[in-house]
Amino acid sequence: MTQGEAGLGALSAVSAFVFVFVAAKAADGAFAFHAALFAVFSLWACFAIFNRYFSRAAALPPQEINGRPNYNFGPIKFSAAIAMFWGIAGFLVGLIIALQLAFPVLNFDLPWISFGRLRPLHTSAVIFAFGGNVLIASSFYVVQKSCRVRLAGDLAPWFVVLGYNFFILIAGTGYLLGVTQGKEYAEPEWYADLWLTVVWVVYLLVFLITVIKRKEPHIFVANWFFLAFIVTIAVLHLGNNPGLPVSLLGSKSYIAWGGVQDAMFQWWYGHNAVGFFLTAGFLAIMYYFVPKRADRPIYSYRLSIIHFWALIFLYIWAGPHHLHYTALPDWAQTLGMTFSIMLWMPSWGGMINGLLTLSGAWDKLRTDPVLRMLVVSVAFYGMSTFEGPMMSIKVVNSLSHYTDWTIGHVHSGALGWVGFVSFGALYCLVPWLWNKKQLYSLKLVNWHFWISTLGIVLYISAMWVSGIMQGLMWRAYTALGFLEYSFIETVEAMHPFYVTRALGGALFLIGSLIMAYNLWMTVRVGEEEVASPVALQPAE
Amino acid sequence: MKALLTASNPVSEFVTSLWTPLFVGIFIAIVLYALWPRNKATFDAASKMPLRED
Repeated sequence: MTQGEAGLGALSAVSAFVFVFVAAKAADGAFAFHAALFAVFSLWACFAIFNRYFSRAAALPPQEINGRPNYNFGPIKFSAAIAMFWGIAGFLVGLIIALQLAFPVLNFDLPWISFGRLRPLHTSAVIFAFGGNVLIASSFYVVQKSCRVRLAGDLAPWFVVLGYNFFILIAGTGYLLGVTQGKEYAEPEWYADLWLTVVWVVYLLVFLITVIKRKEPHIFVANWFFLAFIVTIAVLHLGNNPGLPVSLLGSKSYIAWGGVQDAMFQWWYGHNAVGFFLTAGFLAIMYYFVPKRADRPIYSYRLSIIHFWALIFLYIWAGPHHLHYTALPDWAQTLGMTFSIMLWMPSWGGMINGLLTLSGAWDKLRTDPVLRMLVVSVAFYGMSTFEGPMMSIKVVNSLSHYTDWTIGHVHSGALGWVGFVSFGALYCLVPWLWNKKQLYSLKLVNWHFWISTLGIVLYISAMWVSGIMQGLMWRAYTALGFLEYSFIETVEAMHPFYVTRALGGALFLIGSLIMAYNLWMTVRVGEEEVASPVALQPAE
Repeated sequence: MKALLTASNPVSEFVTSLWTPLFVGIFIAIVLYALWPRNKATFDAASKMPLRED
């Protein structure tokens, strides 16, 4: 038995007992429920660790077999599969809240499924549960392949994927029960935050140690992006979440900073979650999967280095553009705006590098819908990183802020860029991980692509029209200087666009269901790759 | 924490007076490293990394 197995097994046994007592003593129902979940999870972990020990061979898996790295795909398979599950769940909740906005009766006057609780469930499910699992899966895959070495740790990679998904479970059920610290994209309460900190540090260590023991002298650019993502998310999480729990046995806490300081920390966190979770992490995916799928080298490796560091130096300052015309000092707002505009350059550097990687292989877009999905995602990245800096300009922001334009912008980035690049990565990963020659059906990928693209177009155009209309109605004056429209008149005017948006979301959801079926069939009935013990060739 | 955030301690004085030239210097060094002709072979090899089979 390894030290890790003994230590973690004993620790989870102890924590199972501790959390039974915590659940019994809890100050509120939600905390009791979560403590009970922790107890069950600890008990299961203890059982799983010993079960694994008794059923495994005496020696740990070798680092290499016949001089070739013995890659560790187990935790990656889990992460990839559960990403698909969370994706569908997140898109479904998104559709429900879109319908609630169009038809408020769908709130059913029940607190647990009211818009206010389902909205963070949607955002966390798609960003952290779907996107996070895609990032963990692809980072663990790419770091092994590009360093030509087995993933560091024996239990640690499993701890990362299972622990992260347990955090998702705690966060998600917490929202439904009304547990939140009210910070956008950082809603989970103190105990969930502490748990995520532990998981994230282990994630960093697994990734970093794998990079350190690499067989390649050069650290591939995708690993730089993944590392920036992991390190920065750790810093952001620690910076934005310091709080004081009312009781160590209750869910409620109060945040350390107050007022405008809290607002600034929140949007330093919020915008860099966009910059380092939704951008740096997924750019890493782009730098491995686009060249691989297109069978072309990266267009300019030099550009990748320069735009990486430009992105790192600039992004961290852009947050205050979320606080234009607020109590934040004017100079800080202008600073945020200026850095956001400067971000055009590194963002487009990445887009150009991704797109031009296809030079000499553009014809593949006709025949390979997976590559088409990846390339369209990069195009959406270019579009939304053009739109974002434009919206950060104060005069533009005075029209766009608090309107649906923001929602349209976010979804062109989230559905178009993050969604499509994740779909592309999963379509590549599943045959590679399960050792299949190719996907079950490229025709179904084609259907997924077109249905989802239509959904995105409906969604973002509806929100653009609705948002700009809303902004213009708010600022319209009559000849006598009175506001021309009451608030409810603007809400009424937005109704048709809300219905269109829900339709777009429904199409996107249907696309993801087609994808899940396709991946399921690939794993179940796909033809085995026989030439090599590790499948490397992407489906043509 | 408050002492760190006000401008009257050596740490923040160093940061507020020197970070701009420091960061600009680091960035210029990175650009030079990326464009240095001798590094071209390494980067060309690295750009083909995803295509390599093992």
